[in-house]
Amino acid sequence: MIIPHPLLGPRDSQEFTYLGDADLIDRPDWQAENAADRFYEYLYLRDNPAGEHRELWFHEQGDRSWLVVTRDTVTHEISKVELARDVARARGRSK
Amino acid sequence: MRYSGFKVLKEALTGHKGWQPAWRDPAPKAHYDFVVVGGGGHGLATAHYLAKVFGRSSVAVLEKGWIGGGNVGRNTTIIRSNYLLDGNEPFYEFSMKLWEGLEQDFNFNAMVSQRGVLNLCHTDAQRDAFRRRGNAMRLNGVDAELLDTEGVRRMAPFLNFDSARFPIKGGLLQPRGGTVRHDAVAWGYARGADSRGVDIIQNCEVTGFRIENGKCLGVDTTRGFIGAGKVGVAVAGSSGRVMAMAGINRLPIESHVLQAFVSEGLKPLLPGVITYGAGHFYVSQSDKGGLVFGGDIDGYNSYAQRGNLPVVEDVCEGGMSLMPMIGRARLLRMWGGIMDMSMDGSPIIDRTDIDGLYFNGGWCYGGFKATPASGWCFAHLLATDRPHETATAYRFDRFRKGLMIDEKGMGAQPNLH
Ligand SMILES: Cc1cc2nc3c(=O)[nH]c(=O)nc-3n(C[C@H](O)[C@H](O)[C@H](O)COP(=O)(O)OP(=O)(O)OC[C@H]3O[C@@H](n4cnc5c(N)ncnc54)[C@H](O)[C@@H]3O)c2cc1C
Repeated sequence: MIIPHPLLGPRDSQEFTYLGDADLIDRPDWQAENAADRFYEYLYLRDNPAGEHRELWFHEQGDRSWLVVTRDTVTHEISKVELARDVARARGRSK
Repeated sequence: MRYSGFKVLKEALTGHKGWQPAWRDPAPKAHYDFVVVGGGGHGLATAHYLAKVFGRSSVAVLEKGWIGGGNVGRNTTIIRSNYLLDGNEPFYEFSMKLWEGLEQDFNFNAMVSQRGVLNLCHTDAQRDAFRRRGNAMRLNGVDAELLDTEGVRRMAPFLNFDSARFPIKGGLLQPRGGTVRHDAVAWGYARGADSRGVDIIQNCEVTGFRIENGKCLGVDTTRGFIGAGKVGVAVAGSSGRVMAMAGINRLPIESHVLQAFVSEGLKPLLPGVITYGAGHFYVSQSDKGGLVFGGDIDGYNSYAQRGNLPVVEDVCEGGMSLMPMIGRARLLRMWGGIMDMSMDGSPIIDRTDIDGLYFNGGWCYGGFKATPASGWCFAHLLATDRPHETATAYRFDRFRKGLMIDEKGMGAQPNLH
């Protein structure tokens, strides 16, 4: 699998480690009233779709950036790659 | 029709005209007391024990393809009960005991072969961990032997003992572990269930669940609606997809692909199952002579039933490092299967919040050895509404309660289990 890195161009997926569903960016607020429930869902429940999946890849043996890769879990086709930083900021995160 | 040595002889002398299909091909009825979704090992075993142990005969198994086409016919056939944790070990030992009597139970030759499973260790720390595991096994009444280097050498002199990086320091042996011919397990259970009145319905894909007022009344399928008193789902890698049809969109499971490899046939070479402790590589030899081996999952969510090359390379490197002679054998076939990787590496056998809907899944890549006990325990739950005593820990709510059964201590990271 070749991942088109937004800064570095096409890179072999072997240079990356895989974390999982990109929803992991949205870490719940530990002070919220329903924090226990939210952390349970965050840690343990997954959508696990057959088809388009947004997921976090870490360019461990490269520039060490985190990417959000949109990939089809049936065909392995990659349709979109973004820097996780940009995705997080677009969701209103400051860092 | 019963299989026996006498029957084989008789058929040989009479032109093999007396063999019958091992199971019927019935049309689905309008309603069953129990509908099992998924004709893999677990679904078929569930139906077999529902009929045989719990005396229920209004049972159907619905399989979208052909039985044995899923993981039950794709795995590397290893059975063992060498687990560390209390939630697991009694269950897997129950399964091992069922394997030991299985062929008589369903009158089918599944080639259960207790040729031993040897896990190698390469550091002092690893040996300590194996000693601990072996002791935990013995506390549960399971056989375990710690071998030193010489003990391993006597069993498998061809291993790479002098590796400077990963010398073989010994191993943990479970003599009762071994291999089983995997598709014969599907066929044997199908035959056993069918002979007790269970309908095994192939080419019948479940496309939806009929749920009214929080109760599951049956399933929509490509062969029409089938009513059910209780529905048990055992679809392994398809768990997420199938449960989503019942409105349960998120499970503590991710689907990942695992590959397996077989070499050309060779003369008898390996004494049993051998696993490498310094990389992820396990190997045994089939009765046809092929070396059957595998390693890690590919590591990212996948429903593709085929893997990618980096893992092929990694597995072959493990093999070369452990037993360099494997480099002389040619690879004949390789394939992939989709596994239901759970968040702690352990399975779930539980009811759902929907009345009459039950779930069996999260088997990761160790569910083949579990097939008999999984079927028995799921049948127990379906028939009595209580978990079997060896499966009480396999609940959905263990994640919420922090009662994970994490054999490898990896945390909520399915691709590391
Ligand atoms: C390469 C590989 C190697 C493995 N090696 C080992 C090993 O050495 N030892 C070990 O213990 N385990 C091993 N495993 C794991 C083991 O094979 C699985 O955990 C186990 O087989 C899963 O249970 P099953 O047999 O019921 O699954 P399956 O055989 O996959 O059964 C599930 C069935 O459900 C059907 N289904 C799906 N959706 C629907 C639907 N909508 N309607 C109707 N039917 C449906 C599928 O077609 C399939 O036949 C391995 C797995 C793989 C892929």
